[in-house]
Amino acid sequence: MATLNQLVIGASIGAVLLLIALGLTFTFGQMGVINMAHGEFIMAGAYTAYLLQPLVGTQSVVVALPVAFGVAGVLGLILERLAIRHFYGRPLDTLLLTWGISLILQQVARDIFGAPNVQVRAPGWLTGGLDLGGVRLPYNRVFIMVLAAGCVVAIWLYLTRLRHGRRMRAVMQNRQLAAVSGVATERVDQLTFFIGSGLAGVAGVALTLIGPVGPTLGTNYIVDAFLVVVAGGLGQLRGAVIAAFALGILNSFVEFWVDNGASFAKVVVFAVIIGFLQVRPQGMFVVRTRALS
Amino acid sequence: MPRGVRNRLVMLAATAVLLAAGGCAEDPTLTSGTGGGNTIKVGILHSLSGTMAISEVTVRDAELLAIEEINAAGGLLGKQIEPVVEDGASDWPTFAEKAQKLISQDKVATVFGGWTSASRKAMLPVFERNKALLWYPVQYEGLESSPYIFYTGATTNQQIVPGLDYLKEQGKKSIFLVGSDYVFPRTANKIIKAYAAANGMTVLGEEYTPLGHTEYSTVVNKLQQAKPDAVFNTLNGDSNVAFFKQLRSAGITAAAMPTVSVSVAEEEVVGIGPDNIAGHLVAWNYYQTTSGARNDTFVKAFKSKYGTAKVTSDPMEAGYNAVYLWAESVKKAGSVEVEAVKKASAGISLETPEGTVTIDGENQHVFKTARIGLVQPDGQIKEVWNSGKPIKPDPYLKGYPWATSLS
Repeated sequence: MATLNQLVIGASIGAVLLLIALGLTFTFGQMGVINMAHGEFIMAGAYTAYLLQPLVGTQSVVVALPVAFGVAGVLGLILERLAIRHFYGRPLDTLLLTWGISLILQQVARDIFGAPNVQVRAPGWLTGGLDLGGVRLPYNRVFIMVLAAGCVVAIWLYLTRLRHGRRMRAVMQNRQLAAVSGVATERVDQLTFFIGSGLAGVAGVALTLIGPVGPTLGTNYIVDAFLVVVAGGLGQLRGAVIAAFALGILNSFVEFWVDNGASFAKVVVFAVIIGFLQVRPQGMFVVRTRALS
Repeated sequence: MPRGVRNRLVMLAATAVLLAAGGCAEDPTLTSGTGGGNTIKVGILHSLSGTMAISEVTVRDAELLAIEEINAAGGLLGKQIEPVVEDGASDWPTFAEKAQKLISQDKVATVFGGWTSASRKAMLPVFERNKALLWYPVQYEGLESSPYIFYTGATTNQQIVPGLDYLKEQGKKSIFLVGSDYVFPRTANKIIKAYAAANGMTVLGEEYTPLGHTEYSTVVNKLQQAKPDAVFNTLNGDSNVAFFKQLRSAGITAAAMPTVSVSVAEEEVVGIGPDNIAGHLVAWNYYQTTSGARNDTFVKAFKSKYGTAKVTSDPMEAGYNAVYLWAESVKKAGSVEVEAVKKASAGISLETPEGTVTIDGENQHVFKTARIGLVQPDGQIKEVWNSGKPIKPDPYLKGYPWATSLS
């Protein structure tokens, strides 16, 4: 029973990993921008839920989902316009630049909201849990899983069914060819960055249910988010999905089987990813493209 | 790596090395502190950025409040106290570097600072080498007694041991240890295991998670399997929020499995959410609700300076006390000179928000009353037990036979 419980826990960790990594599949995966400030967009989403609380009460988590998407998205857009676009094709410079920006955003949050964590109250209907014959499934975890699944479906539809999404893929796969075909690549870049950052905001709202809401929230998750995207294969939605759940379940079982296993599980996850990338340097799934070469 | 990038990185590294070296190259002169004419400079060194800012910023606020109060009351030795605030940035080498800067460049009379044991251990050699004074305001794992540090937070026999005594008194026979993976929880748990072995308690498990860890479902599942009577929690910082949220959503109530936390105070309760932690226990020496006129004035002064929504907590109060204890020692010594202050400090006794606090000349810790508190649904902490009188600090637990193997 404990093992079954652990499988459920692994899946719910996977859902969290997926949610925080989805935005990165756009900005990092599609555009090749190493955005260290992605974590701070997650933080912005969490604070959005906090700010909405006095206005809409305990349902703020639900109301905040679309609002946070917009808030984080606009933040991302501003960042892209003001800074990142001058650094396209220079991944290492972008890394340093966005890392600096992430530190600035953290300090801004600290100045506005104070250094201590703030409280975002979960709606009443998210506080309990389902008991399935000894396996406990907290409602907030179900919510996160459903949300992650919903986001994946929405992204998939966007990328395959909508004109904007197809343009995005075209630009990613061959920028010059897309440009000569009449695609306004700069506009596409803006939109991609908006969506990627917006998804971080959505993740931030969901994280208020299970974790701390403070200025350093983003730094707690940023490394895991990059791990998922790298292991899954850049720009690959299904790769990210599989990698997130594989890492979540691996992590939960190692931590459960080994006494005092939290640090050890992290080591194992890192070792597995490093080993895996030796065999498949491009991650699980590869798109043949010249964009990143 | 393209050459341009590499060159820039090399330059960056070189600059960093130069900056770091600059901090140490100063001539380590003895502190005077009175050099600045009409003011006495003191250093305040806490993390104002990075992961520890969450806790340390308010300790700085409390220390500044004490300085302001002393200045308003006429200052010290006829001079105003001038705080020099530095940011340790949650980075231990930075603490050492900034401590050196405060001592040799600003020539401060003393420094109030630090939170994590790692930052204290980094600063210790700096203060000993320069024969300068540090006042450290946070409860810690004991087993230390530097002649150049005053410890105004609790040592283990004033917090952890009373916490265990309380659990024993409540008939708890089995405990589970959950902590962050660094020096304080590991040392504290060594002490707890020695106590348990000597007092007929079983330790069912011991789990450490990295600082900043936010995924506790697995630890909670282990708790559910082990079914301990109580959990002893030495998690630090953000992790507490995740731990208590996930403990509650797994359906574990405080009634079924109470936890005793030693790093969760009023301020952390706000971030965790009172709903998520109400009914659980904490062990400290001070709560905002601690009765006494001195505490009423402290809480009122703090709220009027920093906002009515702010809460006061144990480490803040210990930082606030540190400033007053130093000021009293200076008055008694008639000078801010380090050796004179150290000598004068022994036996100094003050009425503080937590009650009477006395400096123990032997180890430069303070006598403190231990208090066990129960977190209330409104986020305040209600005292359910206290030690009756201030406990003599015993950082090496020499007075406890079961602890002989520890030091």
